[in-house]
Amino acid sequence: MRIGILALQGAFIEHEKMLWQLGVEAVEVRRPEHLDRLDGLIIPGGESTTIGKLAVEYGLLEPIQEMSRAGKAIWGTCAGLILLASGLSGGRGEHKDPPLLGLMDLTVARNAFGRQVDSFETDLVVPALNAVSTPDEAGRPFHAIFIRAPRIESVGPGVEVLAHLEPALSEVEGDGTVVAARQGHLLVTAFHPELTADTRFHRYFLSLVS
Amino acid sequence: MERETGTETVKRGLAQMLKGGVIMDVTNAEQARIAEEAGACAVMALERVPADIRAQGGVARMSPPEKILEIMEAVTIPVMAKCRIGHFVEAQVLEALGVDFIDESEVLTPADEEHHIDKHAFKVPFVCGCRNLGEALRRIGEGAAMIRTKGEAGTGNVVEAVRHARAVLGEIRRLTTMAPEELMSYAKEIGAPYALVCEVAKLGRLPVVNFAAGGIATPADAALMMQLGVDGVFVGSGIFKSTDPARRAKAIVEAVTHYNDPAIIAEVSKGLGEAMPGLEIAAIPAEERLAVRGW
Repeated sequence: MRIGILALQGAFIEHEKMLWQLGVEAVEVRRPEHLDRLDGLIIPGGESTTIGKLAVEYGLLEPIQEMSRAGKAIWGTCAGLILLASGLSGGRGEHKDPPLLGLMDLTVARNAFGRQVDSFETDLVVPALNAVSTPDEAGRPFHAIFIRAPRIESVGPGVEVLAHLEPALSEVEGDGTVVAARQGHLLVTAFHPELTADTRFHRYFLSLVS
Repeated sequence: MERETGTETVKRGLAQMLKGGVIMDVTNAEQARIAEEAGACAVMALERVPADIRAQGGVARMSPPEKILEIMEAVTIPVMAKCRIGHFVEAQVLEALGVDFIDESEVLTPADEEHHIDKHAFKVPFVCGCRNLGEALRRIGEGAAMIRTKGEAGTGNVVEAVRHARAVLGEIRRLTTMAPEELMSYAKEIGAPYALVCEVAKLGRLPVVNFAAGGIATPADAALMMQLGVDGVFVGSGIFKSTDPARRAKAIVEAVTHYNDPAIIAEVSKGLGEAMPGLEIAAIPAEERLAVRGW
């Protein structure tokens, strides 16, 4: 199995290390030809404006959309979630918003929790991970790291919500914010499993690779 | 479930998200927008770029808050700002303003010639400069979440950045070949915390992200630092002291992404206009060299 990692900017080496640990070949993707013969793609965390601009400049958006149409699994973490979304809420419009791949039926808000001093870590309940868990891991919460993170504001009917953030005391009561979701072969997380030692999300993504 | 802010993981994590990117010095909202549009992964909000600090002399301090806020308002990418070495109240002010990263910087006039800031006391992450592994590990010991190897800021001359990146990366390579019983005397020799020396020996790299800074003026300079093994670059005067900042900024961003692809570096280096005027390090009086500040 060969998984590409978009290596334009950001925390791509962390994803590579997770894949190596799982015995999967990881390929750094910087130009369209690097997408050839891949079974799946990870779009990592980083600055979504930077990654988006470089993806446009080097002609990567269209081939990635093509990969998705071919049913290849794609996972976006943080900035990658933003790029996979079909819409931005509270965007500033004009040139400041990153270009979107528009592959997943969801809208996302950038830097939705505030500035860096508001970045946080917390535990999430993610029942979907049980499918790839060892008996030891089953039911264990997933430790999630949110860094200037986006949040998913709304999801379309074909999108399965995988994890909510429990509402903070200051927020209105409800289901909480959606921070992980799946639409068929597409996966997004607002947080960074690649910054932890827990490989369950990586294994879950690999289970979507046909 | 509890949300924990200001943890070591979250602080170091932001630096990890900046990797493979270019952090640009900017002095106003317009420059910040040019930097963001060019693909900068963050900006450093400054009152004067290092070349002007060097030319004008006098005491260089933290930028006025309204300047920093103007820049924070102008862009969505992370905004960093500098405080003087040891000036923990300037750092408190920057944290209160909501900047995303603080640079405890030798480019400003030091406020304390013996002590750096206790960076563990802050929720906002810090980046600090270093010339060698000992200095890097002392700063990490104090709580720095990111390191940048120092160049000679404001010179447009990359030689000091190369010297210090080679020093740090070379010392790490040597450290990984040492026997366990050699680590304590090595820690003593370089004045670094023993636990961090052991950690670096095991990891084969610093436990935090390491950028290069100081004197980077061209796309090739930036790619050189990347090939030497740093995680990203800071460009200070090199962009807004050149004749075509927007184009040069974009070219440097692309050169950092494609640092191993000489054909792309050649392509983006075309037609950039004049780089900033350079300075020979030997022509700078010893007392005016910035990189030696920090202890």
